[in-house]
Amino acid sequence: MKHSPAPRTHLKWRLLAAGILPVSLVLGALLPASASAAGGTVSLVAYSTPKPAYAALIKAFNATKAGAGVTFSQSFGASGSQATAVASGLPADVVNFSLTPDMDKLVKAGIVSSSWDKGPTAGMVTNSIVSFVVRKGNPKKIKTWADLVKSNVKIITPNPFSSGSAKWNLMAAYGAQLSLGKSKAQATAYLTQLLSHTAAQPSSASNALQTFLGGEGDVLLAYEDDALYAQRQGEPITIITPPQTILIQNPIAVTTNSSNASSAKAFVAYLLSPAGQKLWGQQGYRPVLPKVAAQFKFPTPKKVFTIASLGGWTKVNTAFFTPSTGIVAKIEQGLGVSTASG
Amino acid sequence: MRRSLRGALRPAAKATGPTLIVTYLSLLVLLPIAAILSKSFENGLGSFWTAVTQPEARAALKLTLICSLLVAAFNSVAGLVIAWVLVRDDFPGKRVVSAVIDLPFALPTIVAGLTLLSLYGPNSPFGINVADARIGIVFALAFVTLPFSVRSVQPVLAELDRETEDAAASLGASSSVVLRRVILPSVAPAMLAGAGLAFARAIGEFGSVVLISGNLPFKTEVASSWIYSLSQSDQLSAAAAVSTVLILIALIVLGAIGIVRRRFNVGEAV
Repeated sequence: MKHSPAPRTHLKWRLLAAGILPVSLVLGALLPASASAAGGTVSLVAYSTPKPAYAALIKAFNATKAGAGVTFSQSFGASGSQATAVASGLPADVVNFSLTPDMDKLVKAGIVSSSWDKGPTAGMVTNSIVSFVVRKGNPKKIKTWADLVKSNVKIITPNPFSSGSAKWNLMAAYGAQLSLGKSKAQATAYLTQLLSHTAAQPSSASNALQTFLGGEGDVLLAYEDDALYAQRQGEPITIITPPQTILIQNPIAVTTNSSNASSAKAFVAYLLSPAGQKLWGQQGYRPVLPKVAAQFKFPTPKKVFTIASLGGWTKVNTAFFTPSTGIVAKIEQGLGVSTASG
Repeated sequence: MRRSLRGALRPAAKATGPTLIVTYLSLLVLLPIAAILSKSFENGLGSFWTAVTQPEARAALKLTLICSLLVAAFNSVAGLVIAWVLVRDDFPGKRVVSAVIDLPFALPTIVAGLTLLSLYGPNSPFGINVADARIGIVFALAFVTLPFSVRSVQPVLAELDRETEDAAASLGASSSVVLRRVILPSVAPAMLAGAGLAFARAIGEFGSVVLISGNLPFKTEVASSWIYSLSQSDQLSAAAAVSTVLILIALIVLGAIGIVRRRFNVGEAV
């Protein structure tokens, strides 16, 4: 005889329905309050390095009149990936990348205005330089670019096709040769030597730092601000400033489709203000405002050149870093054919 | 009244099962793969072929294929041995060991990579340094695919009827004959299944391999890393093309394993 399970089933469903309501109320209350806050929310999408810096900067911004009550949602990651994400629809109010081509991606996608670089700082929020990071005490006495390619030196630099930091590193090396009076052919030959001395080419700058701190290689090519951060964390390293190096310039912009343009613009204005620039300086970044930069004792290399002197990123990217056909790709292929076992 | 309602709904309920499965599979598997395929042929057949035959792509694919096959084969044996010990032997801490075997599943791959670098890199406390060499890739892949090899064989071993082994032994068969003629044929399908899973995981592995391998182009750069480089260099269609090749390789190997397994199952007398 088939008994109807009705009463038990009904009870089960009733209990379930009864449980869903309070649970969803609790969850709803726990969800962060969105635009109901005074200054709204600003979503910041940036490259990975300045994450600790932004913690301090946002705190200071919230203490100002313009920044009171503004909440932030932050996303940090590889510069290229972040740019692609925003171009594909990730909502962002303020974007900060490690090099200009990533900003150009957003200009092309119509998310950043083409006049983003027309401001007083040409769209840049921080500067830095390419430095050498060596073991504490510099046991191998590495001081110049020529020392990097000595026979007993192993270099760590990120892979130039997956890391923006690596592009800065290689153009610093190339430009350094040019500023020493070498010809373009000689500078390219130097790049070949440098790449043949690499013990590893990790996929990102942070992976490269981890690899170096894990004991691999004698010298790491890195952003000065990244190296300073690692040093502040107590890592056993010494930072050597090469006599010739490139000026790393990091772009920032407010997006055209920002949902909170006023707070976003106020935030960027703060980052570019003397107070904000001083905080950047304390975090290890070279301020873009000359008066603030003068307050800090950053090492001054004999010769600092910009990417503009090498033709600008668009030309350089195409000429050097196009996979399989660029100058650096051809160098790697040449090295690979001789080192790969088939 | 209720019964007739349920009766009316029954044929609809029968159809919802397969419909749900197809929808779920489509959303999670088929649609993404279709998207990758369409992206890889976006610029035509010629550019697909160029992307796939570039020197870096060929070197990376070759390295990935060889390392993954090696690891799948090696872990099949290692997995069988470990599963054997777990099923047949009793020792203090057995439960802990059994739980630890699933650890590679739980660890984020980048954490696994960092751990492997500190244990088997230049600062290794054991003096074993496999960083920036091809053997480092094999180490990392063996680590992340071991659970597949162990867990696919373990239930089959547990179900094995010991009487067949005892009978064979009592008829004069040595241990190696028992292993070869009685045990291996029974666990072979499971071993192959585990090898297939391990291979499929190995060819796509990124986080745990990329640190310890050193990622040197043409030497230790695996396919997933080259695909990442292509995607970072705004060559998404080329990245999709190389990904398509990986998918194809996985399909071929898994298909071949499936055919061999079916031969085993058909051949079994039991």
